[in-house]
Amino acid sequence: MLHIYCPHCDEHREEEEFRPKGEAHIARPTEPEKTSDEDWGNYLFFRKNPRGLHHEQWFHAAGCRKFFNVTRDTVTYEILETYKVGQQPAVTAESRKRQASDQGAAK
Amino acid sequence: MSEFAIFNAHPTVAVQAESPLAISRTTVATAATPEGAGVCLRERALLGHLILRGSFADEAFRTGVEAALGVPLPQSMGRVSRDAARGVSVQWMSPDEWLVVVPPGEDYAVELRLRQALSGHYAVMQVSGAQTLLELSGPAAREVLMKSAGYDFHPRNFPVGKGISTTFAKSTAVIRRVGEAEWELIIRRSFADYLYRWLLDASEEFGIFVAR
Repeated sequence: MLHIYCPHCDEHREEEEFRPKGEAHIARPTEPEKTSDEDWGNYLFFRKNPRGLHHEQWFHAAGCRKFFNVTRDTVTYEILETYKVGQQPAVTAESRKRQASDQGAAK
Repeated sequence: MSEFAIFNAHPTVAVQAESPLAISRTTVATAATPEGAGVCLRERALLGHLILRGSFADEAFRTGVEAALGVPLPQSMGRVSRDAARGVSVQWMSPDEWLVVVPPGEDYAVELRLRQALSGHYAVMQVSGAQTLLELSGPAAREVLMKSAGYDFHPRNFPVGKGISTTFAKSTAVIRRVGEAEWELIIRRSFADYLYRWLLDASEEFGIFVAR
């Protein structure tokens, strides 16, 4: 059972209260009428399925009923951070790489 | 006051009103008196429930709500503003949503007061018919909640006065701690019968008294 921190409730809650809602940070094409069918299809239907770091949307269904973003490792299921919609993640592939190289240099 | 068609949901002629639990039947043996029972269950039927939406950052909204209800608007999760003497409570439900509970029959007047005090981007929704309030008290009340929900009901995490919304017995409920061993559950009408029977079943081992 995951213990998930809801950035709106400011509290850790049981996984049971939440629903995963897929990939986060999907930007709608600003000019749909000028977007090619392929790009529109990619926007609508195609989602990332990474092995490792993933930025996802979650929904606090039984609590405050607000969406927020989660950075999660799809291999270990570890939730690295949660943040509100509109904010940018602090943990990214680059930040992890930097951290790993810093640790390597320290050794 | 915004231009909005509202009407008094209470009929002017005498119509028998029934709580969502009016049809509930159970086979659980209940205690005849509250003495010695581990759990005491009482429904506060037909209270006025209103959902209030608006922006906490809007000062006019905050002061308007306080003027209309007589209690401050709670700012964060877990907070419940309560005037026990008047039977009015306002609970934080989400960053832009609050649940207002008022005594039976007062919901229309309170809705009017809110609409007179507020303007701009806000909403007041009448949800009295959608939910009902159960009072759960007694020395084993916390045990029953612990059996039914994954939330941490330890006094360290759930002090008197706190109110939350969480999963409860495979359904959902709004749970508020009123006193040391007194709790309030606000449950949906459609789940009322199921949750009532769940509570009776879960409380049977401690001895349950149902106040009517």
